[in-house]
Amino acid sequence: MSNKLIGEMGLHTKISNIFAARNIITAKDALSMTEFELMELLDVGMKEIRLAIALISEATSPPCQSARSLLEKKVENEHLLGHLPTHLKGLDETLCGGIPFGVLTELVGPPGIGKSQFCMKLALSASFPVAYGGLDGRVIYIDVESKFSSRRVIEMGVKSFPEVFHLKGMAQEMAGRILVLRPTSLANFTESIQELKDSILQNQVKLLVIDSMTALLSGENKPGAQRQPQLGWHISFLKSLAEFSRIPIVVTNQVRSQNRDETSQYSFQAKLKDGFQEHTKTYDSHLVAALGINWAHAVTIRLVLEAKSGQRIIKVAKSPMSPPLAFPFHITSAGISLLSDNGTELKGPGINTIHARGHSDMINFHGDCS
Amino acid sequence: MEAWRLPLSSSIRGKLISAGYTSLPSISSVSSSDLARDVNITEEEAFEILRLAKQSSGSSSCNGSRSLINGAKNAWDMLHEEDSLPRITTSCSDLDSILGGGISCRDVTEIGGVPGIGKTQIGIQLSVNVQIPRECGGLGGKAIYIDTEGSFMVERALQIAEACVEDMEEYTGYMHKHFQANQVQMKPKDILDNIFYFRVCSYTEQIALVNHLDKFISENKDVKVVIVDSITFHFRQDFDDLVQRTRVLSEMALKFMKLAKKFSLAVVLLNQVTTKYTEGSFQLALALGDSWSHSCTNRVILYWNGDERYAYIDKSPSLPSASASYTVTSRGLRNSSSSSKRVKMM
Repeated sequence: MSNKLIGEMGLHTKISNIFAARNIITAKDALSMTEFELMELLDVGMKEIRLAIALISEATSPPCQSARSLLEKKVENEHLLGHLPTHLKGLDETLCGGIPFGVLTELVGPPGIGKSQFCMKLALSASFPVAYGGLDGRVIYIDVESKFSSRRVIEMGVKSFPEVFHLKGMAQEMAGRILVLRPTSLANFTESIQELKDSILQNQVKLLVIDSMTALLSGENKPGAQRQPQLGWHISFLKSLAEFSRIPIVVTNQVRSQNRDETSQYSFQAKLKDGFQEHTKTYDSHLVAALGINWAHAVTIRLVLEAKSGQRIIKVAKSPMSPPLAFPFHITSAGISLLSDNGTELKGPGINTIHARGHSDMINFHGDCS
Repeated sequence: MEAWRLPLSSSIRGKLISAGYTSLPSISSVSSSDLARDVNITEEEAFEILRLAKQSSGSSSCNGSRSLINGAKNAWDMLHEEDSLPRITTSCSDLDSILGGGISCRDVTEIGGVPGIGKTQIGIQLSVNVQIPRECGGLGGKAIYIDTEGSFMVERALQIAEACVEDMEEYTGYMHKHFQANQVQMKPKDILDNIFYFRVCSYTEQIALVNHLDKFISENKDVKVVIVDSITFHFRQDFDDLVQRTRVLSEMALKFMKLAKKFSLAVVLLNQVTTKYTEGSFQLALALGDSWSHSCTNRVILYWNGDERYAYIDKSPSLPSASASYTVTSRGLRNSSSSSKRVKMM
């Protein structure tokens, strides 16, 4: 929309030519300047500028829909009401059906907690026929750290859906729908996802998994401040890709230690003398999600996986439709399964903290986990 | 006032000044045909210049108007207006009370906070609450929801709408004697019908939409709230030239203010958070920079205090700084359950 040509918007020829003469060809060029600046540049009166901008704006504006028609479209068009079931009953209930279409869902947690296992299971479910709660489509799995194991995926399939997998040729077909990409660099990855944009709809791709986003960016070795603009482009692109093609995009993220000078306070909080002030910088929660606060704003759903006193927990840390629930889980040969479908509600910012205590003994499930 | 301040194209301005018309009185004392001949421009252009000059100098002696300055209102009249301003409730009475009754119409309010604190929730709650009919103490208006990030989940809006309808039914049931028998009840899907949703995918579209809103709202006069979720997203990453960004943002803020005043509606801008190095340490601050923080009339910051969500009035021309707690429930925004005095005044 922003690249719409001014020449085709039905403006008066005279003013259209003036715009073109000053190299203002697309709507983006025109709207990136203030009205005063345009007036100076084009040597045209304020009234004409306003008229021209009004026309350009009307042509470039996105269309209006009522929220009701949004809902009706969802019900009509989307399988399973626009959610990919995770087959974890408690989690699916909380998320109103599963991983939602059209938005970014993030899985964050310490190494070895089960993020890749979760992703592999999701990839498998998406490839299933609709009758078994799947999306009957292809899956693109971007495996940056070489954690994808086809043997493991088939094992999960056999153990969790034996009736499907024992059918002749099913395993081959299901596994055949999962396309694994191993980008060697960020540039490589960027190229691949740009290509994807066009081919997603044509090729029935129903899920995109990026495991992990952090690994892609950390390979670039640029100082912290430089990271933001790079990530910015990817964030916008992934979000628009998700929305445009109405597929779920699942991204995994790693953790890092909190810097000593990091804070979660505003300047006015020091002045407010509420009795409840407590510094959240306890030694327990010294881990935070990587990729920064901008990324944290951009994801729609954030699932935190952590380990506390030897117990693995999955928490719904950010979700516009769910209360902040935590579920204990464990990993079996059939993949991740919840130990209890009734989550405990965690009030407060604690839902965002990531623990890794008592965790080191749990890594190396099955030997081929990360 | 000098002639070079007039909003004219630079070549006309250049001609005016080189012909010797550097101040407004010199322009107003001449007729349009003389001006045209002197400065070597067309009659229409001369007429336009005279009109602009008259407007700027504010002299209304020729129309015999009583006011000293065109367009000014005296403070007493404004007081009456301010008091009778409708406000949109947030469904959380503590929050409403620090806001002076709710989000005020005719004002631009900025609400910012960390991810997950409830900004989108407040946005959706307001777009539902603006529709509460006048009989129940609301505005009976419609909402425009401008979504720049894709965070609007329509299922959540439906949940909140259903809860609102239930609350209204309870209220009307209680006040039953005041209502006629054939009162039409709002249904949740009707509420969704009155939320005009725009999905913006780039800052160009965002600017275009803001420009277009004037026309859209003139055609849909019962829109009483415009929510932008979030104002930051596209400007944070796609704009390379920060100085240009500041200029464009200020212009956008002015346009929002004009919309708010012209149509008497509330504009709510949701903002994200960034870290800033001040006073020797890193602190959280709302995004988009210091210049932007001047642009909005009211500013509310949502933050965590212990285990509870709080809202703090950071900037307001008439409300004292105060904070109040709120919670997000499956029915929407509500008071937090702890009933002890929550509203802390500075």
